[in-house]
Amino acid sequence: MDLSYTPQEEEFRARLRAWLAAVLPSLAARPHPDDWPGRRAYDTAWQRMLYDAGYAGLHWPVDAGGRGATPAQHLIFLEETERAGAPYVGANFVGLLHAGPTIAAEGTAEQRARWLPPVLRGDEIWCQGFSEPDAGSDLAALRTRAVRDGDHYVVSGSKIWTSHAEVADWCELLVRTDPAAPRHRGISWLAMEMDTPGVTVRPLRTLAGSTEFAEMFLDEVRVPVANRVGAENDGWRVTMVTLSFERGTAFVGEVVACRRTLDALAAEARADGRWDDPVLRRRLGRLNAEFRALWRLTQWNVGEAGRGGVVGTGGSVFKLRYSQARQELYEAAAEVLGADSADLDREWVLDRLSSLSYTIAAGTSQIQRNIVAERLLGLPKGR
Amino acid sequence: MDFQLSDDQRALRAGVRELLAGRFGRDRMRADLDAGAGLDRTLWRELARAGFFALRLPEAEGGVGLGLPEAVLLFEEAGAALLPGPLVATQLAAGAVKGAAEGEAVVTAWEPGRPVAHLDGADALLVPGSEGAAVLRDAGRARESAVPVRSLDPFTPLWRVTNPPEVGEQVSDGGRLRTEGALLTAAEQLGSAARTTDMAVQHAGAREQFGSPIGSFQAVKHLCAEMLVRAELARSAVYAAAVTADPVEIAGAKLLADEAAVRNARDCLQVHGGMGFTWESDVHLHLKRAWLRAGWWMTAEAAEEVLATDLC
Repeated sequence: MDLSYTPQEEEFRARLRAWLAAVLPSLAARPHPDDWPGRRAYDTAWQRMLYDAGYAGLHWPVDAGGRGATPAQHLIFLEETERAGAPYVGANFVGLLHAGPTIAAEGTAEQRARWLPPVLRGDEIWCQGFSEPDAGSDLAALRTRAVRDGDHYVVSGSKIWTSHAEVADWCELLVRTDPAAPRHRGISWLAMEMDTPGVTVRPLRTLAGSTEFAEMFLDEVRVPVANRVGAENDGWRVTMVTLSFERGTAFVGEVVACRRTLDALAAEARADGRWDDPVLRRRLGRLNAEFRALWRLTQWNVGEAGRGGVVGTGGSVFKLRYSQARQELYEAAAEVLGADSADLDREWVLDRLSSLSYTIAAGTSQIQRNIVAERLLGLPKGR
Repeated sequence: MDFQLSDDQRALRAGVRELLAGRFGRDRMRADLDAGAGLDRTLWRELARAGFFALRLPEAEGGVGLGLPEAVLLFEEAGAALLPGPLVATQLAAGAVKGAAEGEAVVTAWEPGRPVAHLDGADALLVPGSEGAAVLRDAGRARESAVPVRSLDPFTPLWRVTNPPEVGEQVSDGGRLRTEGALLTAAEQLGSAARTTDMAVQHAGAREQFGSPIGSFQAVKHLCAEMLVRAELARSAVYAAAVTADPVEIAGAKLLADEAAVRNARDCLQVHGGMGFTWESDVHLHLKRAWLRAGWWMTAEAAEEVLATDLC
């Protein structure tokens, strides 16, 4: 059990820290959460800065254009960028954490050359076309059809909860290419250009009042067969590659962010005298234990993956606890804010609302418990 | 950075597991329970010969020369096996109390306001204070004024000591002993939490109701999944705290391990249904010990205060 970093890793940290200190002051002001073109411009500009400095695709394999960094370096990167208050991956999320790694793992040389460099440079934005109105956590129930017509697929159906759809250039799309096959077979993974005729995007308004994601309607959209990643009808397996990334590493930076928020809450409570309330104080202390342990669990999971373990299931353990802890953090924030918790312009109030999505998105907590029980504990499948 | 067990650590854990399975397996444990057996000095010496108490003493002093991470693995196995006795206090006192490292002397701990465990079988009392730590070489003096308590845990005899023992010879930094005691106790809690998870999963896979194993029902499945989540979060916290020996991290580890041990034992009992409520089931033994340990070395309240003070 070794939590120390090598001199090379410490040197990497020092260089990154110095670079962040030099470039962050030059960044433009963060756009309003509902200003999607503004958010796209902001996020892609940050990605370009990372690319120019050699930090883009840090954990991607070298032959995919990445830096082939060690897991420890990746953790250092996430820790330091968050600590410095650098922008989130934002609109680049799907490209960098889902579609990109999937193409890197499963795509042909041609596909990798076409799609990966623009993601790393921040030139192209991807969105995720997985969920459907009648297939949320039950992803294999998806019904969007793709019928072969020469060297094209003709795609019809609808998708929902598609983040960044309004500003995306590409969509990683799951379609049913063989309706007669069993649910998990007969699915294919396509890269669809968002300005193809027949694609309609309609923003959805969240309970937080923002347009965080969208519905997408597909009406006889023609997608080249050459845009299929992996074999026809093998899209489920291809997708599982992507989802293990999502649960394994997607929230790592956020844990660091939560620890910062917790410190800020304590400072606020001290400033207004609420710190003398032992119930509140101890509640914040308990959350400190929680987020410290979640950071350690991340390091444990990364160590396990490095030894050939599976990030996906360890990721389910992490996600179950993290999504709960995040909600508890913002409940505590509301207590610190007191009457101000009714003011949407106060810091943390919007976060309290958006934290509600964490036990739902990327597989609900109920689905995660099934995964943990069946795949990690070996309990029998339910009927 | 490689936050995983090393090959040596895996081997050590496997060795301890094997030793405990051979010398204090379930049949032996239940036989001791029925007999109301006290502390077994023979077993105590065997544990000592395996390095249980001298583990962290330097090799020059006859110890094994290992550190907190290895000690945590040992205590995790002890917790899983329900091994009784003042294991934590004796290891902390090894090197300071003559014979403790060799298993000849049994050392228990005295904490203000709490009954003392295994006072009848102890040779010395360790009194960890925030300033300094002291050892009363003779537990007999404390026994003179002690009143037996009918203990919640049948494996842990308790005594109420009305006159706190006088502070004797200072042996070590009291703050360090306190945090190390909390960490080793947390490791026992972790072992218990992992064991009750295994017990629940085993039962849920075997027990059939309504024509199916009860583990196929989501309500039961989700209880088991949450048990694993609690145990694994506690594991990361305990192991990391053993590596850093950071007092705040140790407080977090104790808090989460206490919670995992107590709540997992309760959920394990629920999964076992009526069977879980019987004396024949081991679940109550884990729950009772977990409750006691939660009060030892560092309570939830104390841990939360340490963790709160660390903020901002």
